[in-house]
Amino acid sequence: MIWNEKIECASRDEIEKIQLERLQRTVERCYNNVEHYRKKLDAAGVFPGDIKKLDDIRKIPFTVKDDLRENYPYKLFAVPMRDVVRIHASSGTTGKPTVVGYTRNDIDMWAECIARMACAAGATPDDIVQITFGYTLFTGAFGLHYGLEKLGASVIPISGGNTERQVSVMQDFGSTILVGTPSYAMYLAEVAKKMGVDTEKLPLRLGLFGGEGHTEEMRREIEKALHIIATENYGLSEVIGPGVSGECYCKNGMHICEDHFYCEIVDKDTLLPVPAGQPGEMVITSLSKEAFPILRYRTKDITWLIPEKCACGRTSMRMAKIQGRTDDMLIIRGVNVFPSQIEGVLVGIEDIGPHYEIIVRKDGYMDKIEVLVEVIDAELLDKFSALEALEKKIKHKLYTVLNIGADVRLVEPQSLKRFEGKAKRVTDLR
Amino acid sequence: MIKQISVFVENKKGRLAKITEVLGQAGIDLIALSIADTTNFGIMRCIVSDPDKAISVLKQNGYTASTTEVIVAEVVDEPGGLASVLGVLDSAGISVEYLYSFVRTPNENALILFRVEDIGTAISALRENGVKLLDSGDVYQI
Repeated sequence: MIWNEKIECASRDEIEKIQLERLQRTVERCYNNVEHYRKKLDAAGVFPGDIKKLDDIRKIPFTVKDDLRENYPYKLFAVPMRDVVRIHASSGTTGKPTVVGYTRNDIDMWAECIARMACAAGATPDDIVQITFGYTLFTGAFGLHYGLEKLGASVIPISGGNTERQVSVMQDFGSTILVGTPSYAMYLAEVAKKMGVDTEKLPLRLGLFGGEGHTEEMRREIEKALHIIATENYGLSEVIGPGVSGECYCKNGMHICEDHFYCEIVDKDTLLPVPAGQPGEMVITSLSKEAFPILRYRTKDITWLIPEKCACGRTSMRMAKIQGRTDDMLIIRGVNVFPSQIEGVLVGIEDIGPHYEIIVRKDGYMDKIEVLVEVIDAELLDKFSALEALEKKIKHKLYTVLNIGADVRLVEPQSLKRFEGKAKRVTDLR
Repeated sequence: MIKQISVFVENKKGRLAKITEVLGQAGIDLIALSIADTTNFGIMRCIVSDPDKAISVLKQNGYTASTTEVIVAEVVDEPGGLASVLGVLDSAGISVEYLYSFVRTPNENALILFRVEDIGTAISALRENGVKLLDSGDVYQI
């Protein structure tokens, strides 16, 4: 079934007509209502009236994550707070989160995008959906929740963690769709097995996974372990959250909600557009958002566009799986982590040296992050408990900033690598 | 005043060998030794023949090391010997952070090292109860 056939199967001309009209309105609204955009457009000598065709979007300066940080928390909002009905946030690069807002129309649009994506993957109003994303400031849980309700499915907002209970609920409530990160799905399968639950006998049949990418091998493992079809979707809170794009049951690229998001692929160094099918950095412009419109946001995600019509019948532009990042952002259990955040925590602690290393690995199917720091304060050696307290203190501070648990390992001074020039402090063993 | 040395040691193969090698090459004799550890790291505590030299050698080699003042007491080597000394400290309201025994001793009595919070009170309490305490001159030459 196709949720919105008129849009999802529209001709290129029809889509581009909608995109141009909405782009013009978005630029105009940004120019009139958001000082940051007005200054940037003025500096670039671009005025809303200059956007006469879609390609004119290239005249608009890019927006980057730092712009969000500098306008923390509300300065990029294009409507008064009385029109904002929801606020979400994601991790920033240096401690402060990036904050986004939604009007009632934005929430409806978001739900529409999720409903399309879920429907394309095979969800129906008969489905019972278990949402294992945390119901927090992050966009994952609420995004999927509203969209699946809109679709008419029965939503179980169980939130994250307590995996044994997740398995029991899945059994007792008869969940047919699982929503979460792919690594959590794998972990859940393991726990189910340990509990002696035969996943083949569960009614579960479909997975809508996001928050982090996964390889085709991992997809096959999830499908085998849970006896489901595993689909992937994509989004980021700066743009809306999940719902920018998602795979249909053909699992061959993620269909973009093109009437709401304009996606460009640019060369990661020159920032010039690349031909369709060539990999590059994805740049997204929102076309209909009211509270938090965004112009040419550099996602730092590497992918390419697939313009051909899909076997499912949809004509919408697809994007390939994310191939990597142009920056050093790590995705740990679905949460974005920047090494700069970790560094920010460590420099504030006196008893340790300025050098550190970050090791990321898979423990089973779960991501584990370990931070190595050098103990330099000899006073701590008098009492064992002082060293343990230091370890605990670093752990706690990391948790408050990253929102995920990290292991801390105290090491001897001079034992971590020293770098001349650009430091390589992150080792990703996944 | 008896100085004990504490060195931070990672729980990694060969670390302890390296530290003792550094001390050995500097001609420093290990007199008593104890190691406390967690899964990731440990603290090596020891009494050596020349604590000041040991600290400077360790620091030159990049180790985090410090000195702590401790008490060394002679304890009769028979059942209940240690208990009676601990009883003295307990009555004086002093709690022991940690203790360990010497391997080598100058006579039949056992030598026990105590690390306590209030070292002055502990010393007077032990002396008043007839416990023999060693001074640094005795200890570094064992």
